Amino acid sequence: MTILTGKTALVTGASRGIGRATALALARAGAQVLVHYSSGAAEADAVVAEILQAGGKAEKIAADLRLADGPHTLAQRTRAIIGGRLDILVANAGISRAATIEDTTVEDFDNLFAVNVRAPFFLVQQLLPVMCKGSSVVLLSSLAARTSVGTLAAYASTKGAIDTLVKHFAAALGERGIRVNAVAPGVVPTDMSSFAKSEDGRNFSIGMQALKRMAEPDDIAAAVAFLASDEARWVTGDTLHVDGGSKL
Amino acid sequence: MSNPVVLITGALTGIGRATAVAFARSGANLVVSGRRAAEGAALEAELRELGAQAVFIQTDVRHDDEVRNLVDQTVARFGRLDVAVNNAGTEGTPGPLTEVTADSYAATFDTNTLGVLLSLKHELRVMTAQRSGSVINISSTYGHEGAAYASIYAGSKHAVEGFTKSAALEVASTGVRVNAVAPGPTDTGMLDRFTGTAERKATLAGSVPLARIGKPSDIAAAVLYLASDGAAFVTGQIVSVDGGKTAG
Repeated sequence: MTILTGKTALVTGASRGIGRATALALARAGAQVLVHYSSGAAEADAVVAEILQAGGKAEKIAADLRLADGPHTLAQRTRAIIGGRLDILVANAGISRAATIEDTTVEDFDNLFAVNVRAPFFLVQQLLPVMCKGSSVVLLSSLAARTSVGTLAAYASTKGAIDTLVKHFAAALGERGIRVNAVAPGVVPTDMSSFAKSEDGRNFSIGMQALKRMAEPDDIAAAVAFLASDEARWVTGDTLHVDGGSKL
Repeated sequence: MSNPVVLITGALTGIGRATAVAFARSGANLVVSGRRAAEGAALEAELRELGAQAVFIQTDVRHDDEVRNLVDQTVARFGRLDVAVNNAGTEGTPGPLTEVTADSYAATFDTNTLGVLLSLKHELRVMTAQRSGSVINISSTYGHEGAAYASIYAGSKHAVEGFTKSAALEVASTGVRVNAVAPGPTDTGMLDRFTGTAERKATLAGSVPLARIGKPSDIAAAVLYLASDGAAFVTGQIVSVDGGKTAG
């Protein structure tokens, strides 16, 4: 059982899906959780309420991570709440858009990179002053970063950038005792992936996985909680593939 | 699982010993193995003092019949096998490729590679029949990176990672998971023998982003995660537990 008592955590994109499961898992382990959302205020309220009801500490926090100064705004709001110390940052918020090479627009491409790459980069930068020895950053990568799955070239490239960032951040921040890792899920049935909820999506996923069941958000959240905890004190610069053994 | 039955090879020293202690503290029932009877008896007593049901079974993993006996004795004593940590390994005799012999190859590969293969053979026989279980092989940073003057060791650990992924595919349909942990430089007798001098050991620590040598308990903590239900969707993975060495 992961123990995070007394730790402060920010989970971006925590109103739904993997982010929601992660916020709940961190709170169950004892962390105070800031539940970031961009548009789903009611859903974020529900996550906060669930945590409070279980005796935990949480509040919601809004920011639009498509905006250039979105991460800066979120960092300011975070620091105003938690004060001087952030133990856990889970940069989970992400957007996805399936499109062929021909159908990918510049606008979509830029939005994908803004939310999936620029925001995590500058969120780490802006929160560094309140991270210290023992702090853990977890970014969300994807199976798509290392193998072609569907028409996701632009989305997958943003996740490839995450795998690269993890290594550079880990090397640069190691001497401060800050760990940086990523979790790379395979296909997870959430609001982000209507494909995963379809019969075709299910067959496709199970066909490439060693384990013959669909992932649940909790499968991913458990890995994030591990990387966030002191149990992973010697793990940094790593991308942990939580994908049921896909494309082995 | 509250009291899993855990088998650890090469449990008398270093990472194996730390892993045995960590599992004992978490409430596991333990079978520990190694080649030296007196040290085995002492470890068995130490684990029992921690409150674990623990048995030492003298085993040389290079011999099929001894590994068969180890696994069969485990099942005879505890009725099942939930977690196996294939840790027994040797650094062999490092040196230039131009000086290797068939004997120096066999001295390393028989323990590091054949030993893991035989362990998998017998552990998976039990786990696939009971349709549950988690195997964690101990690889090394050198299981996926080259190492000048340690080519035999590096080759033997590369093979362990190939076994890990292949075994994961082979048994996934039964619900059994197979993963590996790849430690970087870890403060054990093996590292002392490998580096030879305190100065070389310090140089190695300087190459690690978290700026120290790993402790055996750091590796054990990651092994416990992979053994846990939190890692239920993780299989066929090589988890680097190296303070960021392979990232930096």
